[in-house]
Amino acid sequence: MGGLAGGEVNRDEHDYALWEKRVDAMMMLLTNKLQIMTVDQLRKGIEALPPDAYENMTYYERWIASVTNTLLDEGVITADELASKMAAIEAQAQAHAPEAG
Amino acid sequence: MSGPSDTHDHGHHHDHHHDHDHMHPYDPDHHHPHREDQDDTMTYYKVMESAVRELLIEKGLITPEQVHRQIEHMDSRTPANGARIVARAWVDPDFKKRLIETPKEAIAEIGHDIGPMHLIVLENTPEVHNVVVCTLCSCYPRWILGLPPDWYKSRAYRSRVVREPRTVLREFGTEIADNREVLVHDSTADMRYFVLPMRPEGTEGMSEEDLAAMVGRDAMIGVVEAGAGGTGQLAAE
Repeated sequence: MGGLAGGEVNRDEHDYALWEKRVDAMMMLLTNKLQIMTVDQLRKGIEALPPDAYENMTYYERWIASVTNTLLDEGVITADELASKMAAIEAQAQAHAPEAG
Repeated sequence: MSGPSDTHDHGHHHDHHHDHDHMHPYDPDHHHPHREDQDDTMTYYKVMESAVRELLIEKGLITPEQVHRQIEHMDSRTPANGARIVARAWVDPDFKKRLIETPKEAIAEIGHDIGPMHLIVLENTPEVHNVVVCTLCSCYPRWILGLPPDWYKSRAYRSRVVREPRTVLREFGTEIADNREVLVHDSTADMRYFVLPMRPEGTEGMSEEDLAAMVGRDAMIGVVEAGAGGTGQLAAE
């Protein structure tokens, strides 16, 4: 990416959301504490996303996609576990949606 | 895992089985182009984060307390830490020498542990202005300054600052004289850079604390000069 053309630097900033901080925290725990994965694997996983990931995904969306892929590749979690857990969380979120307004 | 105690813990069970027999974490149908990250709406990747975190907790690899402590730890890292290092270097030439020669040890004197990270301190002078980027991703001296600003991770900054640094700096309101060299430093996962800005003129006799208040985050990345204002100035935070 270095040296490519690009537009003016957008200096807008946002405060990191809790879920983004959690992705960051998980990555730190997985690399520094558990040593289950490395920063290089995070990088490799991001590079392996489709080219439009840079346009369509935010920074920490790319991180969690890469972390998840790495954990699947390493056999730390399985695709079935992930699918049923995500379905359960989505169902719960929908059940609570009217209250959350 | 479907015991009665589950309801007390999280309230979700595992009987909501999904049809997907294969799950790929990148799903273009679920992309969300908006930059805003709202905590009150559930997105595909937020669901993925919760799912992975809960699986890691269930497997006993991490605990909720560890995640919480890690977040608190990162939140405690702010540019104020870097500003104190800069102010100390401005008032104490011996410290400055140590900061440049053995940054890890010198920063430990102020009470910050930068961990296994290698750090190079880049001193701005009347002859040289330094600016830091990570063209590959977003490597940043986070153990001193906290998490990087969005623009540091942006495609525009990363692609252009190595090719036309003076133009990019101008967008930050920083004009570097033609006779002053601009050096751009590209960070890596193992090597981080920290800019030691020049002490502004007319600050003789100011206290270390008042000097630190003049040093914003962006001055330590090198896109502005200390005391020049700009985003990340402590007084504005």
